[in-house]
Amino acid sequence: MSRYIAKAAIRGANLIVSEAEKMLQEAIKELGPETPVVFTNTAYYLPVILGFTGIEVQTLGDLQQVIDYAKKLLHPVPGDTLWLPYLGETLDCGVATLLAEEAIEGIRFARGLQPEPIPGLQLTGTSFTSPDGNSQEEEGGFANGPIDDVQLRAWGIQLVDGRMPGFAAIVGAARSNEAAVSIVRELQQRNILVFLSGNVNGRSIIHQLMEEGVEMGYDTYIVPFGTDTISAIYALGFATRSALTFGGLSGGQARDILLYNKYRVFAFVLALGEVDDLKYATAAGALNYGFPVIADTVIPQILPTGITQYEHVISMPFDDIEGETDAEKARRLVQRCIEVRGIKVKITEVPIPVPYGSAFEGERVRRADMRIEFGGRNARAFEYLRMADFDEVEDGKITLIGPSFEDVEVGGAMNLGILVEVAGRKMQEDFEPVLERQIHYFINGASGVQHIGQRDITWIRFSKAAVEKGFQIKHLGEILYARFHADFGSIVDKVQVTLITDEELFQEWLQKAREAYQARNIRLADMTDESVDEFYSCTLCQSFAPNHVCIVSPERLGLCGAYNWLDCKASYQINPTGPNQPVPKGICLDPVYGVWQGPNEFVYQNSHGTVERVSMYSIMRDPMTACGCFECIAMVIPEANGIMVVSREDPSMTPVGMKFSTLAGIAGGGLQTPGMMGVGKYYLLSKKFISAEGGFKRVVWLSKILKETMRDELQAVCEREGVPDLLDKIADGDTATTIEELLAFLEEKGHPALTMDPIF
Amino acid sequence: MAQEKSVDKAVLEVLACCDGEVETAFDRAEQVKPCPIGADGICCRICFMGPCRLVGKVTRGVCGATRATVAARNFARAVAGGAAAHSDHGRDLALTLLAVAKGEAQGYRIRDVAKLYMVAGYLGVETEGRSVNEIALDVAEKALENFGQQQGEVTYISRAPHKRQQLWRDLGLVPRGVDREIVEIMHRTHMGVDQDAEHIMDQVLRAALGDGWGGSMLATDLSDILFGTPSPLQSQVNLGVLKEDEVNIIVHGHEPTLSEMIVAASSDPELVAYAQSKGAKGINLAGICCTANEVLMRHGIPPAGNFLSQELALATGAVEAMIVDVQCIMQALATVAQQYHTLLIATSPKAKIEGATYMEFDEHKAYDSAKEIVRAAIENYPNRKEARIPAIRENLIAGFSHEYIRYMQGGLYRGSFRPLNDAVAAGRIRGLAGVVGCNNARVTHDSGITQVIRELIRNDVLVVVTGCAATGAAKQAYLRPEFMAEAGPGLREVCEAIGVPPVLHVGSCVDNSRILTILTQCATEGGLGEDIADLPAVGICPEYMSEKALSIGTYCAASGVYVLFGVRNPVAGSEEVVRIMTEGWEAKVGGKIEFEPDIEKLIEKALAHIDAKRAALGLPAYDPTRYGESGDRLVEQLRSSLGEEQAAALYSVPELSE
Repeated sequence: MSRYIAKAAIRGANLIVSEAEKMLQEAIKELGPETPVVFTNTAYYLPVILGFTGIEVQTLGDLQQVIDYAKKLLHPVPGDTLWLPYLGETLDCGVATLLAEEAIEGIRFARGLQPEPIPGLQLTGTSFTSPDGNSQEEEGGFANGPIDDVQLRAWGIQLVDGRMPGFAAIVGAARSNEAAVSIVRELQQRNILVFLSGNVNGRSIIHQLMEEGVEMGYDTYIVPFGTDTISAIYALGFATRSALTFGGLSGGQARDILLYNKYRVFAFVLALGEVDDLKYATAAGALNYGFPVIADTVIPQILPTGITQYEHVISMPFDDIEGETDAEKARRLVQRCIEVRGIKVKITEVPIPVPYGSAFEGERVRRADMRIEFGGRNARAFEYLRMADFDEVEDGKITLIGPSFEDVEVGGAMNLGILVEVAGRKMQEDFEPVLERQIHYFINGASGVQHIGQRDITWIRFSKAAVEKGFQIKHLGEILYARFHADFGSIVDKVQVTLITDEELFQEWLQKAREAYQARNIRLADMTDESVDEFYSCTLCQSFAPNHVCIVSPERLGLCGAYNWLDCKASYQINPTGPNQPVPKGICLDPVYGVWQGPNEFVYQNSHGTVERVSMYSIMRDPMTACGCFECIAMVIPEANGIMVVSREDPSMTPVGMKFSTLAGIAGGGLQTPGMMGVGKYYLLSKKFISAEGGFKRVVWLSKILKETMRDELQAVCEREGVPDLLDKIADGDTATTIEELLAFLEEKGHPALTMDPIF
Repeated sequence: MAQEKSVDKAVLEVLACCDGEVETAFDRAEQVKPCPIGADGICCRICFMGPCRLVGKVTRGVCGATRATVAARNFARAVAGGAAAHSDHGRDLALTLLAVAKGEAQGYRIRDVAKLYMVAGYLGVETEGRSVNEIALDVAEKALENFGQQQGEVTYISRAPHKRQQLWRDLGLVPRGVDREIVEIMHRTHMGVDQDAEHIMDQVLRAALGDGWGGSMLATDLSDILFGTPSPLQSQVNLGVLKEDEVNIIVHGHEPTLSEMIVAASSDPELVAYAQSKGAKGINLAGICCTANEVLMRHGIPPAGNFLSQELALATGAVEAMIVDVQCIMQALATVAQQYHTLLIATSPKAKIEGATYMEFDEHKAYDSAKEIVRAAIENYPNRKEARIPAIRENLIAGFSHEYIRYMQGGLYRGSFRPLNDAVAAGRIRGLAGVVGCNNARVTHDSGITQVIRELIRNDVLVVVTGCAATGAAKQAYLRPEFMAEAGPGLREVCEAIGVPPVLHVGSCVDNSRILTILTQCATEGGLGEDIADLPAVGICPEYMSEKALSIGTYCAASGVYVLFGVRNPVAGSEEVVRIMTEGWEAKVGGKIEFEPDIEKLIEKALAHIDAKRAALGLPAYDPTRYGESGDRLVEQLRSSLGEEQAAALYSVPELSE
């Protein structure tokens, strides 16, 4: 701390706590103490308050004890002479500030004033299958407000595997619009989540980015919380929930939650523009999490370390930063932020004329902004990666065979084949689909380029802006060449990319590709748990959930959906000491439940003694644990003698009276909970899906979104299981949201689970 | 004499008035020369065939005892005396706690319940579902057991770093019971028992550990439970805190049991009114010696001075009563008091003083006793004649318990020793030093203390102080946070980050146990090795005088600390014992004791040791030029110079004169 900052922060804390108290009293008087206080889509109540105090705020009345708690953390402002120590006191005042700020947002939610209206603001949605027509598009006009649990979990795997190194909580407004854009672009290129809040004299960085047409929303990693400082509390709510969701911590374990963030969540605060008392107070709260503060104005520096990993407070006056332009200065500013937080960012230089980074993965190219598309309704595109002999591959050779798109009208479509040929000593045919699947992520990283689908339903769009900057078809090859070397250098020695628009050659290779897809399908289908000697572990999430271990087998993929057996095998080849290790099956202890000696020992050791046994095929006996990034939750419904499966993307109520977000709080954190399991959605299709309890026939309720998006695959499963009309007998959010409705539905449809052996 | 008497201007001012009028220790130090043979530790008075003076060609006493045996026995008995004093202090607090728990101690209550729970945890006392008094009763009894037990281990040994505990166990140095080890020193140093200097010195280590990790640590903990764990507060120091127009009462000695009640009684409205009825504006309390530190740390009562100021306080003519209990009370006080109107009130059944008024302090009716004592002081106010109070006093911040030191480095949620360890590891803080101990009339009063502290903080060494050394530092304004300006650049950054002075007052001399706890927390926090002996830390006692100082030095050495004493070497007559305490102990327990009368050399040795420990830890070599960029200065200058273009200017560092 510095005395200057301590004074400002303590002043700010005292003020905001008394303001929160006043607002609360008024709100209780007007609305009544029973008025619900709810943040959107979270099971963690008001998460910062929950984390620090363990109080589960549900009504305005509950907030009174929070204010009382906050008041006890306040201290007097240190004097100008013979002052008393202030660091501990300021940090406590910072916590009081956070509690007050979250209470205020809670009150605003109770009054319907959150998320904050920002006219003209359009946010990109959470997920989409088509670039056109997103239902959220018509709405808008509001800041994002708190990030919901679903999004947190969806980002979970990226946060833990380092693809998303952390978040930047930006508060205020940049020196210029140019600086604002440059700052967020720099952060995006490093895949750092950007949270926006605050203003300077009424002008927020959110306004600056809107003016410059920067797309904001979950998909672009830029989340506008609101235009006041108070809304910055949502960043710390996100941080707190990371610890609760992935760290297996509970509300009230404040110290552990803060230390979890210090060591595992690489975040920092970037204060743009003048820093007032409330910003200092909020920053003092953030310091408790180990998040340093970097300001672009002159403020006192706090350089000794300890509360944070490196320096606490850095001043980098914007006008004094070297650089010709604001954009260049901003780049240096971001560079310094990253140094201070000690974020390790792996940047692959991709020689293309547009910005590149996985923050651009979610960018959409709308039809109106589109120069050309490959695939989609009016054309076809495919991508095919194959292994070749060393002498057949010329490393770095990128060829376009056929015409480019100059002659195609703006907004038009053409066929494109992407053929990637790789060679490497450690390359195996089995890795072909693993690598091929990366093409989607790699291409999407380019700003203004969008990739959807895979194999022969690939669909790529180039925006007008990207093409204006010089983006051409051959740049797809540049991207693939650079990224395959950077990310898979240990199995790939040579990469050659051929881009095919020549119609004859396109048809020829499309045919070859389809033959390869078919061969792979058959090979994958043949791969069973019995046909291999070893499974793979995945402890990638241990950076977040220290006791969780996934065992990945050919017939059971990782619960995040991102890692199947082949992925793990490839990952092991790439990094032999990494998070995916071969786990020899050893002696089979129970073929029905899927219990082997090898996985048991591995799990015991790597869960640090917390999990002794794991059944691969059972939800009831020693089920596999979960970190928190699961795609679905499977949970036993005893009354129905079956299980329900709830998707992460399903925000609706389930028959057990809890939504996904609440269920997720019980299922995560690396704890074994019989009757409950986090799973990847493709596990539903496996023959080994809870086969100990009777398999897919046990499913009595299924999120509608799963039914819809996986209908064909699920139908095949129903047929395999011998009940072809099973899917129609499974209830969903439309047909049953209570146990009574569910039972009535199952009775009426004659669901097979009702006559199966008791699940208990 | 050429030697300056003191660096304390208030002391010099009063001394000037005393000249020829009042005899003080400063005068007697000139009159009484130290016995040169005793001073070197080679006069054996243990049996009555002697005393045998082993000087010149005499290398053995009548019984054949060697210089090494004689010096070791003398040192051992001094440590036994010191350890006994601290431990008896601790025992009395345990007895007070016991009386409080039984509801038999008037006026006392348990002030820090959280600390009671923590101590209960250390002592293995069940807390679940029990009342505070039930827990306190068991804590008191467990504490008492630690003094009297004959076998096993003193409980608090288990609070040391694991590696250290193991070392002590392997070497057989773990004290079995606090009292037993002191008794065993007395036995082993009786004529014709232990006649191996190293073996005697091993027992010295063991008995001293019983003080540091037993009697003293219990004294500190039990005081905190009864009277509250200190946290920072403002106060003043030096003779100028005495007031012309109030009843001045000085508490002097060591045990907080009495002084706590005097503090309470002196603000009793009934007594304040009584004082006013006698023409005084109020009752002004001040302290001397460690009692002063106890009431300073918990109540902000100002110390009037340290050990060598005790007579001078009376010589101001402004003190109505000086209330004393035990330890470091000069017998000459009674004589000085008689020259003025001052009532010297002895209160401890253990310490009667010829010429003093004896008013026994009974903790069972503590408040009544305290009121009676204060009343006697008030009644004495009209007898005051001319007072000559020096207008010299200084501001200070005190109250750094180890609990607060943890808190101040991160607050309620993030408190730890990580920032301190980080600062040491990075080299912002070069190392840590405890500057502790007494005054000694043989050396310039407060001179060694202040010189050592000034040089250390200039070299980025964070200093903690206790006892009379703390008061000496305070008098020179070293305990003001503004004093960070005198610190090296790295230390200043840390002080400014936390808001503390570069010199932290951690309490009285029994509170040196807090330093053991601080060092343990540094060692276990990580990054600076895993034992106290690994830390770049030193203990320095520049002006030691009492046997307690030797006990403290020994338990610190036994805990792995390099301890430097000033003044002179009390075992100088035996090279063998000097070797045992230095290289012998260093090899055995990692710590050692050296005596270095030359303060400049002492500072050099301290810094060299710190740098050697840094190197052994693989830390970067100390380099003060790397730090010092943080802080408020720039911003405050900017803010004060800003005009209308404020907002724009904030984006840039203006051209400011450095």
